[in-house]
Amino acid sequence: MSSDAIAMQTAEAAGRPWVLTLHEWVTTVDHKRLGALYILYALFFLVIGGIEATIIRIQLMHPHNDFVSPQVFNRLFTMHGTTMIFFVAMPILFGFANYLVPLMIGARDMAFPRLNAFSFWLTAFGGLLLYFSLLGGNGLYGAGNAPDVGWWAYAPLASRAFSPGHSSDYWTIALLASGFGSIGTAINIIATIVSMRCPGMTLGRMPLLAWMNLVMSGMVLLAISPLSAAQIMLLVDRYLGGHFFDTQAGGSATLWMHFFWIFGHPEVYVLIIPCFAFASEIIPVFSRKPIFGYPVMVGATVCIAFVSMSVWAHHMFTIGMNSYANSFFTITTMAVGVPTGIKIFNWLGTMWGGKIQFKTPMLFSIGFLFQFLIAGLTGIMMASSPFDWQLSGSYFVVAHFHYVIVGGILFALFGAFYYWYPKITGRMLNESLGKLHFWLFLIGFHLTFDLMHIPGLLGMPRRIYTYEPGRGWDTLNYLVTIGAFVQGIATLVFVANLVISYFKGAKAGNDPWDAWTLEWSVSSPPPVYNFRSLPTVSSRRPLWDLKHPEDPDSRYE
Amino acid sequence: MSTIATPLPEAPLDWKLPYRGKVGMACLIFAESAIFTIFVVAYLYYLGKSLSGPTPREVLETPIFYTICLLSSSLTIHFAGKLLERGRRGAFLTLWLLTVILGALFLYGTGQEWHRLIYRHGLTISTNLFGTTYYSLVGLHAFHVTVGLIMLSIVLLFALAGRVGPEQFRRVDVLSLYWHFVDAVWVVVFTVVYVLGR
Repeated sequence: MSSDAIAMQTAEAAGRPWVLTLHEWVTTVDHKRLGALYILYALFFLVIGGIEATIIRIQLMHPHNDFVSPQVFNRLFTMHGTTMIFFVAMPILFGFANYLVPLMIGARDMAFPRLNAFSFWLTAFGGLLLYFSLLGGNGLYGAGNAPDVGWWAYAPLASRAFSPGHSSDYWTIALLASGFGSIGTAINIIATIVSMRCPGMTLGRMPLLAWMNLVMSGMVLLAISPLSAAQIMLLVDRYLGGHFFDTQAGGSATLWMHFFWIFGHPEVYVLIIPCFAFASEIIPVFSRKPIFGYPVMVGATVCIAFVSMSVWAHHMFTIGMNSYANSFFTITTMAVGVPTGIKIFNWLGTMWGGKIQFKTPMLFSIGFLFQFLIAGLTGIMMASSPFDWQLSGSYFVVAHFHYVIVGGILFALFGAFYYWYPKITGRMLNESLGKLHFWLFLIGFHLTFDLMHIPGLLGMPRRIYTYEPGRGWDTLNYLVTIGAFVQGIATLVFVANLVISYFKGAKAGNDPWDAWTLEWSVSSPPPVYNFRSLPTVSSRRPLWDLKHPEDPDSRYE
Repeated sequence: MSTIATPLPEAPLDWKLPYRGKVGMACLIFAESAIFTIFVVAYLYYLGKSLSGPTPREVLETPIFYTICLLSSSLTIHFAGKLLERGRRGAFLTLWLLTVILGALFLYGTGQEWHRLIYRHGLTISTNLFGTTYYSLVGLHAFHVTVGLIMLSIVLLFALAGRVGPEQFRRVDVLSLYWHFVDAVWVVVFTVVYVLGR
């Protein structure tokens, strides 16, 4: 598309009433717009979830603090967990998948554009329902508004007797709605990748991002469905007087734990695999080398998906399973480390001997690599059930999974933002602000989450409202809270960068990073139809072939 | 920069990928299977754990006739699709109508069984664990039959209006895939509830 056409569109857009533009965005079925909607929606909830985290940290800053009441504290950690997993991490990753997958495989849209819109709005209304509980959760007088049963909603805590009013129902229905949205999007991603690839794009030539989103979507189908089933059961219990998780009538609280974690653990991989995908696209481009061990990378991803389906009960070592179950889940959990380790070596192998450019996307990817490794190592520590008996339910666990989610997922996501923002908006993110964001966030992250391991080892339980002075937790908690504020400031820098660069950033052009995948062959932002004529590819790096006709990849693959 | 905007080579003609409708439906079936698995696991896990009666052995009767109805509807829908592909609209319409009738009969059978259980044996979803798990599992299946019937009826209406021709056979095929899935789930539910569970 020529720049005149873009200029014309912008001129048209400027003259149009905002209602029309709004209407266009609300009724859109374009994968790029829906992707952007997903991302914006998730960023909004990221701010909300971040504020909740900050309040939690202020409360824990000093012993005997009473910044919020215990009841509010319970609601805060429940809402923080639920928001961050279901309404930040999932939608933001789906947003990137939506935006990038069709562009990278040379398709004009997703396989089912209307299903795509439907899924997005389901997720969006799910988030709205969750927060509507603040107004509507007060079913009985004094029953409390927002959900306060923890993001696991363990039975029997979530039953009518212990959670009166409607707060838990809002939680359940929000998760059901967004869960169906996730299943819809996953179906869409799989069908797109299987049926919409451009000519020549065999599975072996597909960008790793598409491969990993394919695997991730398969896992969503297998992981979110049990959660939806369990939520339906919880609704039956709460509204129809069922006894699934009612221990008074022979029901089992443990069964809920199993059902929840059959979802809960694969969910971690659902979130981290797209981040592997970002790293697998960014690291080669900024190392100026093709990815090391492409087939092994694909194999390792599939392997992680398989093994991670059989590790869920490592969240339940302390409930008293028999020794066979304990050994089984210890072994499978440790086994996940093998394909994950292969991936880390492959990324290192990609960087090895490359001409590394330390631009902001690469910095975040290296941060991801390093921190995800540490998160994986504490994971291996806790995979061992005797060790877990000591530390389950402590701040060590909180530190571990935040290391995965913030240090791994969020860092990779920030890298993805810096890498693809030019494609999405047509403007570069400011590099100096980006570096400031990176270093501030890195310092804040390590201050918070490195130190958080120690109070956990010293016995500080998770979800605790406050604590006694003189247990050796005071200074550490104080520093952890300061780290949280540093991360908050870094996030503000990021948001400022997003906004400023949108208006003032340097024009990006089609291919600012000299990259190799198809999305960089179209204008930035891409035209509505993506490709004027469907491209044909003959190697894993179609744009390399195009730029180096004398030495194309297709000669070696 | 604009030089690299288009010069990727043109598409060859022999590039065939699976039909997206079929892939999408296969994925949906995959997800639905996971949902049903959880309900089946719950049913099996709670077998014999009810603290009070009635028990499955006391009240359940094997619905052989209605099972035959549902399973044979899989055959009729399969042949209906084949006939449509060959362009025999009249035969397609007859078999499609038969499928709808067989599915509706099955649903009627479920309704009748529930009526008997509720009014004669006093078994409701809140009576005991058996009631909770039985009505959820069978109800979840009946819900899927209902959804399937609604979709089948929509196609039936279009067919009666003369709007369903051989060019739609791939779409009809997707729907029949769903219907086969509903039948296959019934085989599992039947085995678990009426054979193993008693």
